[in-house]
Amino acid sequence: MIWRILVCMMAVLAWTAPTVQAQQGPLRIEITEGVIEPLPFAVPAFVAENAASGQMGQQLAQLVAADLIGTGLFREVPASAFISGVSDFNAAIQYADWKAVNAQALITGAVAVTGDQMTVKFRLYDVFSGAELGSGLQFAGTTAGWRRMGHKVADAVYSRITGESGYFDSRVVFVSETGAKADRQKRLAVMDYDGANVQYLTGSESIVLAPRFSKSGDRVLYTSYETGFPRIFVLDVGSVQRRVLESQDGTMSFAPRFHPNGQTVVYSLSQGANTDIYTLDINTGQTTRLTSAPSIETAPSYSPDGSQIVFESDRSGAPQLYVMSASGGEPTRISFGEGRYGTPVWSPRGDLVAFTKQSKGRFHIGVMRLDGSEERLLTASFLDEGPTWAPNGRVIMFTRESQGESGRATLYSVDITGRNLRPVQTPEGASDPSWGPLQN
Amino acid sequence: MKLSTKLVMLAGVLALAACTNPDRFGADGANGGMGGTGMNGGMVPGSASDPTSVAYFQQSVGDRVLFLVDQSTLTAEGRATLDGQAAWLSQNGDYTAIIEGHADEQGTREYNLALGARRADAARAYLVSQGVPSGRLKTISYGKERPIEVCSNEACYAKNRRAVTVLAGGLTG
Repeated sequence: MIWRILVCMMAVLAWTAPTVQAQQGPLRIEITEGVIEPLPFAVPAFVAENAASGQMGQQLAQLVAADLIGTGLFREVPASAFISGVSDFNAAIQYADWKAVNAQALITGAVAVTGDQMTVKFRLYDVFSGAELGSGLQFAGTTAGWRRMGHKVADAVYSRITGESGYFDSRVVFVSETGAKADRQKRLAVMDYDGANVQYLTGSESIVLAPRFSKSGDRVLYTSYETGFPRIFVLDVGSVQRRVLESQDGTMSFAPRFHPNGQTVVYSLSQGANTDIYTLDINTGQTTRLTSAPSIETAPSYSPDGSQIVFESDRSGAPQLYVMSASGGEPTRISFGEGRYGTPVWSPRGDLVAFTKQSKGRFHIGVMRLDGSEERLLTASFLDEGPTWAPNGRVIMFTRESQGESGRATLYSVDITGRNLRPVQTPEGASDPSWGPLQN
Repeated sequence: MKLSTKLVMLAGVLALAACTNPDRFGADGANGGMGGTGMNGGMVPGSASDPTSVAYFQQSVGDRVLFLVDQSTLTAEGRATLDGQAAWLSQNGDYTAIIEGHADEQGTREYNLALGARRADAARAYLVSQGVPSGRLKTISYGKERPIEVCSNEACYAKNRRAVTVLAGGLTG
């Protein structure tokens, strides 16, 4: 058995994704085909290799199960159905016992805790083929970061079975909301993709809106009323230091997003009645105007290669989606359906744009190809808006606001197939999610 | 409690009510009416009965104009209100104002910010056309972030689609 020994410290580490081998056997999910029947898996409590490991083996197994179940692609065979357990990580697998309970995938693991450090090992088995799928992996890190190690195990399992990269070891920056609807208090927060480990990045003295992660997840762009007027800010996630990027008197700036190069910011600037799209060099402060129509141009988002921008404009009368070169120029309209389209976000895979659509008094999150074809509405409610892509481009998170005076904002996620709509648990109201990269 | 004391307190409540938003431009300045002391006939300076006060501007002149769905065009009623605001501002030359544009909740956050800017600018441009020096006016948009009515139907939406002229400066300004 070859172990890849990986050091999983909380902040920085080099993680080479395991080589994903195309599986010819039955243990394979093609996400694009749309999964009707989730694949059953078993994940017995990870073996505690020493007394200090305590309940960690149980917690890790539960976390891995929650990640996989949460995709809607898998279902868990309950431990109560198990015929045999796993008490020795290196013992031979009794495939017949797992076949009998119809567990197509078996995940075994072991954990050893020493002080505030821990190591986690796991293996994935294709029960019906009677063979291990990929090689075992080992992670080491701090006990405080145990959830990240569990997410990495789940990412590896997801990746080996679907052939797609995972998204569980990732973070989401969002706006945490408290207070009555007419006096909402907002502050920036960051959390794990599943709502755990919430940390606040700003206070709630000023309105803050629509944070956006950089590609590497080290910085966040957002809009704040801290100076009295809406202005775009950049915040360093590690130090929580922030600075205003643009403060031209008599204007407002908002809707910022990073270029993939991390140096250029595209955003909207309102001057008088007119709103246009600009870029700003984050180092020099140099701004460039990209659009100059009298209509509203806002919500710009770069293509993954940084060469194009998708944005929203009401130049035709109602807001629609357009694509233009990253240097500006004549845009091409891509949305032609009935209704109003906004907040376009280019998929990290480059193949789709996610958007908010308002039609007949309802709001939808949808996706379409960049030429406007194959429009697909994934959700419908009183108010859904602001999609953000999981790093693998297979899942979208967005804001859903309930109606009336008790209206509250909640985060939801949904597959790009429209299946598996589910709320993301947050301690308070939450809006404007921006999904960061898979962590190293 | 004497009536005059009550009026002073009322004026204080109104002035504070205008200043509850911590982000609001000139929030301190809008308290200017509170700086007045003493009596001026039966009128309490800074109260709604004082035609030079913020409270009078809010209540008797009208500090806001409303808009139709997705529109930033002024209505006839809105223009009449702004005519009154322009006249008042020309008579009370030590006030400046910031015009806040707002949208109802039916729309995306970004678009509503831009729409609120259009509405605020429509009110600003009209006031300037009526002789208010542009240097006394600023605009800001809150998009859908600061509704004053919280129900989710047209009765509330109609009041939230607004441009509000918030005064700064005044007696002490």
